Amino acid sequence: MDFFTIVQLGDASIRMAIPLLLACLAGLFSERAGIFDIGLEGKMLAAAFLSAAVSFASGSVWVGLLAGIGISIALSIVHGLASITFRGNQLISGVAINFFAAGLTVVIAQGWFAQGGRTPSLSGAARFDGIDFPGALTRVREKMQASPGMQFYSEFVSGHSILVYIGLLSVPLTWWILYRTRFGLRLRAVGEAPEAVDTAGISVVGLRYSAVIICGILCGIAGAYLSTAVQAGFTKDMTANRGFIALAALIFAKWRPWYALGACLLFGLFFAIDNRFQNIQLQVLWIMVILIGASAAMVLYAIKREKIDVIVLGGLSAVLTVIALATWVGSTGEEAGLVAALFETVKVPSQLIQSLPYLFVVIVLAGFVGKAIPPRAGGQPYVKER
Amino acid sequence: MEKMPKWADVILVPVVSLLLAAIISVIVFWSVGQNPWEAIKLMAFGAVGTSDFLGYTLFYATNFIFTGLAVAVAFHASLFNIGGEGQVLVGGLGAAIVCLFIPWPHWTLALLAGGAAAAVFGALWVTIPAYLQARRGSHIVITTIMFNFMASGLLVYMLSDALRPAGQMQTATAIFPEATHLPSLNDIAGLFGSELFGRSPVNISIFIALLACVGVWLLIWHTRLGYQIRAFGQSESAAKYAGISAVNITMIALLISGALAGMMAVNNTMGINTPQLVDNAAGGAGFIGIAVALMGRNHPVGIIIAALLFGALYQGGAELSAATSIPVQIVVVIQALVIMFTGALDQMVRSPIEGLFMRFSSKAVKE
Repeated sequence: MDFFTIVQLGDASIRMAIPLLLACLAGLFSERAGIFDIGLEGKMLAAAFLSAAVSFASGSVWVGLLAGIGISIALSIVHGLASITFRGNQLISGVAINFFAAGLTVVIAQGWFAQGGRTPSLSGAARFDGIDFPGALTRVREKMQASPGMQFYSEFVSGHSILVYIGLLSVPLTWWILYRTRFGLRLRAVGEAPEAVDTAGISVVGLRYSAVIICGILCGIAGAYLSTAVQAGFTKDMTANRGFIALAALIFAKWRPWYALGACLLFGLFFAIDNRFQNIQLQVLWIMVILIGASAAMVLYAIKREKIDVIVLGGLSAVLTVIALATWVGSTGEEAGLVAALFETVKVPSQLIQSLPYLFVVIVLAGFVGKAIPPRAGGQPYVKER
Repeated sequence: MEKMPKWADVILVPVVSLLLAAIISVIVFWSVGQNPWEAIKLMAFGAVGTSDFLGYTLFYATNFIFTGLAVAVAFHASLFNIGGEGQVLVGGLGAAIVCLFIPWPHWTLALLAGGAAAAVFGALWVTIPAYLQARRGSHIVITTIMFNFMASGLLVYMLSDALRPAGQMQTATAIFPEATHLPSLNDIAGLFGSELFGRSPVNISIFIALLACVGVWLLIWHTRLGYQIRAFGQSESAAKYAGISAVNITMIALLISGALAGMMAVNNTMGINTPQLVDNAAGGAGFIGIAVALMGRNHPVGIIIAALLFGALYQGGAELSAATSIPVQIVVVIQALVIMFTGALDQMVRSPIEGLFMRFSSKAVKE
């Protein structure tokens, strides 16, 4: 793997990470204020559709972006109504918003454009194009022959759409709002101890609504980015679970902005690797080490604890061990004995690579690697004392 | 504080919620240039208009009874199992393995074994999220969502690799042996010389679904375990003081939930006209279970009614999209609206109705 490949991989990671990052920061505002939001996916999807549709109709991508933000805010307010005003179940409201967007985008897209649930392709001013910085090379062939510094500048730094830079800038901005402004302090407080905020004479409802509206704005940008910058138009279910991965990144980042950037870049890298390398080979020895190592760790953890730990973790480690042994035995052949089989390589199923972010999330949630503690009042509607 | 009568809570509130969902659906039809009245007529005909259509409606309702019960059992323990979709897929793997690799002499034995395998596989798929919820406090909603994605990855891998017969193009298992094919209701009607249900796949697993309803009803309201589940769901801390183990109840409630979802796979693998396990076999039934459980107020009777309604909606929506340019996703929109109004915005519907009843009852007292 030469330097240019690494730069390209980094470039792809950033492009993949931006929608995750925007959605993750959206979730951060909402959850820091005590409103769980599993409807990020739906809001992004609705914004992706409407911004593509309006961009196409108006010919201006900026109008499209505004429309996307608008619909996302509207859905946020519905979520706010359900979870703040009517004190409903926030998870159920999020689920409903996801389905609503998943269904309605296709129905409306078919009704308006009759292209099988897509919008027509966008071009010219109806799309966000990459911005080439001064002096940056644009042709792939020129880039490949340039010096490493120039490659880095041309491929990695330059050439992204403006939304990428907005996304990256929103990290320090989020940090500044949360930790350096009065609003941010109150926002964090309302997620931890709403009764204290209320006692201080500050409106819990007002703060929470402003948090979900900020969440809507960020989701709107994320959705518009997908349909007007990454792709040229909306396609059915184009968010492809990014809203859920953003939630996972948020938990992994423990609800902090800079860590969110790190987590999203990591998940972006997963996607970039998956896109670029279709055929990932791994030596059997490594598979054995990973699987049996994990099994051993689980057994060691369980053995000193209760019966339930032994049953569940023991069972899981047995399954992993069987998979490891099966891979080993399976790669012995006519010329390869048991020992030689250890150094054979096998293809890692692409489905497994695609499942890695999800698996990673579960491992993080399990809390064996640094426990993630959510905002204390998260998910609970606030009932004013009388 | 006085409460409104029970019939209002059980019937009036869901009906008003449904009406609200229907009004918004009408607006949606209207906005895509479809006459709402025509669309509703088409859907109603598509759902129950012919014997075939009715059979399909019942077939889908069977699916939704299983997934609705699965969500409801978890809800009683105040746990939100959103992973029904994944549990159905993995349950399908269980049923497929049992049917393909063991030569069953008769469908009754295959049904027992396949049902058991589907239930066990479904329960196994929820074991890790349940364990993490019970012992590590990892949120069940997020973990089960992740397990849904992993289940579809696992299924695609199994269907395109291990379980796919050589030379077959479709990502699916081989067609199960004839002896494992469950008799359809049409076969049963045929015994009496009737043509009822035509070529629809509705089959005897609908009776298994009804049995499961009875089982859940007995479990939740007539056993010690059910009492513990409900107590835990009402108040975790009170249940703990009463000596109920939070870890055990969380595990057991979720395992039962996973097993119920897994059992749906019997209907959509062994019960269909060409019995096999196909890619994306659950088809969203796991999620519709959420709407069904919410609308059915987590009670088996309510779940049966809600499942029939959603079965009709699903089948009617399919016919509607075949007859007009409206895509099937219209069903997802209606499902979302039902979840929203009966689940999250429940209070919005309930408090005005409650207010009305209070006003009337206070008047009655004065007079």
